[in-house]
Amino acid sequence: MHASLLRPLAAGDRMQRKWTDGRPMAEVAAEIIKPNDRLTAFDRLEIYNRMYWFRLVDCFHDDNPGLRAMLGARKFDRLALAYLAKRPSRSFTLRNLCSGLEAFLRAEPAWTAPRTALAIDIARFEWAQTVAFDEEAFAPVTAADLGASPPSRLRLAVQPYVQLLALNHPVDAYVIAVKKRDTLRAEASNATTAARRRAAVRRIRLPRRSKTWIAVHRVENQLYYKRLESSAFRILEALRAGARLSRALARGGAGVTTGQVRDWFALWTELGWLCRRK
Amino acid sequence: MPANPFNGHTDYGIGLGLRVPHYSHILAKKPVVDWFEIISENFMCGGGRPLEVLDLILEQYRVVQHGVSMYFGSAEKPDREHLRRLKALVRRTNTPWLSDHLCWGSVDGTYTHDLLPMPYTFEAAKRTAAKIRMVRDFLEVPICVENVSSYAEFHASEMTEWEFLGEVVELADCGILLDVNNIYVSSKNHGFNPYDYLNGVPHHRVGQMHIAGHTKFEKYLLDTHDHPVLDPVWKLYAHATRLCGVTATLLEWDDRIPSFAEVHDEALKANEFIGGARGAAPAEAARVG
Ligand SMILES: [Fe+2]
Repeated sequence: MHASLLRPLAAGDRMQRKWTDGRPMAEVAAEIIKPNDRLTAFDRLEIYNRMYWFRLVDCFHDDNPGLRAMLGARKFDRLALAYLAKRPSRSFTLRNLCSGLEAFLRAEPAWTAPRTALAIDIARFEWAQTVAFDEEAFAPVTAADLGASPPSRLRLAVQPYVQLLALNHPVDAYVIAVKKRDTLRAEASNATTAARRRAAVRRIRLPRRSKTWIAVHRVENQLYYKRLESSAFRILEALRAGARLSRALARGGAGVTTGQVRDWFALWTELGWLCRRK
Repeated sequence: MPANPFNGHTDYGIGLGLRVPHYSHILAKKPVVDWFEIISENFMCGGGRPLEVLDLILEQYRVVQHGVSMYFGSAEKPDREHLRRLKALVRRTNTPWLSDHLCWGSVDGTYTHDLLPMPYTFEAAKRTAAKIRMVRDFLEVPICVENVSSYAEFHASEMTEWEFLGEVVELADCGILLDVNNIYVSSKNHGFNPYDYLNGVPHHRVGQMHIAGHTKFEKYLLDTHDHPVLDPVWKLYAHATRLCGVTATLLEWDDRIPSFAEVHDEALKANEFIGGARGAAPAEAARVG
């Protein structure tokens, strides 16, 4: 029964008529499921088959509004089915449904061609939001902690919920614009002004290629996005990878000044991004 | 049952499911609610808003954990890491009992995120009971298993659903979360008498009840939790409380969720249906249906 639920639906959201071995699905269903006076075994199994796909596709939609806007509804739906067929949920929670999306997009670029690079950036950005929302936070390292220990002794780490992204497109502005538009759309029935109605159907310009470094994080449990300078990003990434502070600073590059480093660490400790390495 | 070993000897009244659209209302207005049921999986995360809200709720309210992914009826053993996380949550909430469903939903680590009906066989009952015992021993908290609504029945079944439920809970020596709406939905889908079901379960093991709304389609009923409770379900509920005694009851409203006040008012209607059970010992309850 499990395998039959996970099989993709046929046209019209119906269950496929043939089983994998070519036998009629009605026959296969009737072997395990009883009919009743209103529904055949096929009909009853189909209820579950449909519910499975509707549930997972809904979740995929909810998690990827930016990707949907970029690809358009039709292409996005095809991608959703392909992804879910290839990578069914391996987690007890649907929160993790899209954890493998980036890898899938890389492995099967045809679904997003010719804009695969942009699709990957948006998918990474949207997944980062899921992680940043509820991933663990340890006790933050404070400015006083930094002042109290010699930098060579410090074993700093970046909070697990802080998601560091080096992207090829500034997708943060794009996804924010999409979400804003979708909110307006949801309210469009009571949109009173023509300007608001126009905003609700507006097509949002796709981001042009440009290296962008972003941290997706939370402050008082609200999600935020912060653009980073590339050297700041490299330092954070090195700390995350387990480098000692001196090494991490070296990763920032020769052009980084002491003043910049001081300002960055002041900001990062204020935001609570740093914690102690376990 | 009122207080019994399966609900940790508590005597909870009418509770509500804690749902995201109501967070700000609850935190700001602090309405009087006897208890909240949480979906464990929504709080088995590392931190952030879910756990912050939970901790604030725990300061003011009693919380009971309800799970949707233990799949007592799935063949695989429970995942150790999953159990450890769940136990950490049990310690956090101090839940007097914990419930999950009598169903399956995963195979070899692939999850359907559905609550699928089981073939009602003695073999399945034995295996399921062993899993319930294993989970209870690990979590060290009483467990109530919930009957699910279903749309299919198996040729392999050797008994009725209520006989199967009884068999499992006796073998596991655990409680029942009796979902009255699910009984009604399944009775219509499978053509049995829901009162036979109610009369047939071991009443002394009922630690909690669920009520909810469902949707009628042309050929079947669907358990949608997006409506007020329908009259025949209230009638069944009244009968259930006569049989089992006044028991901790929770209204499930999970989709198209209206205002907090509307959901709460709907839940409190339960008070109108437990009159017949108040004061009377459950064993003296009349058998109707
Ligand atoms: Fe339920």
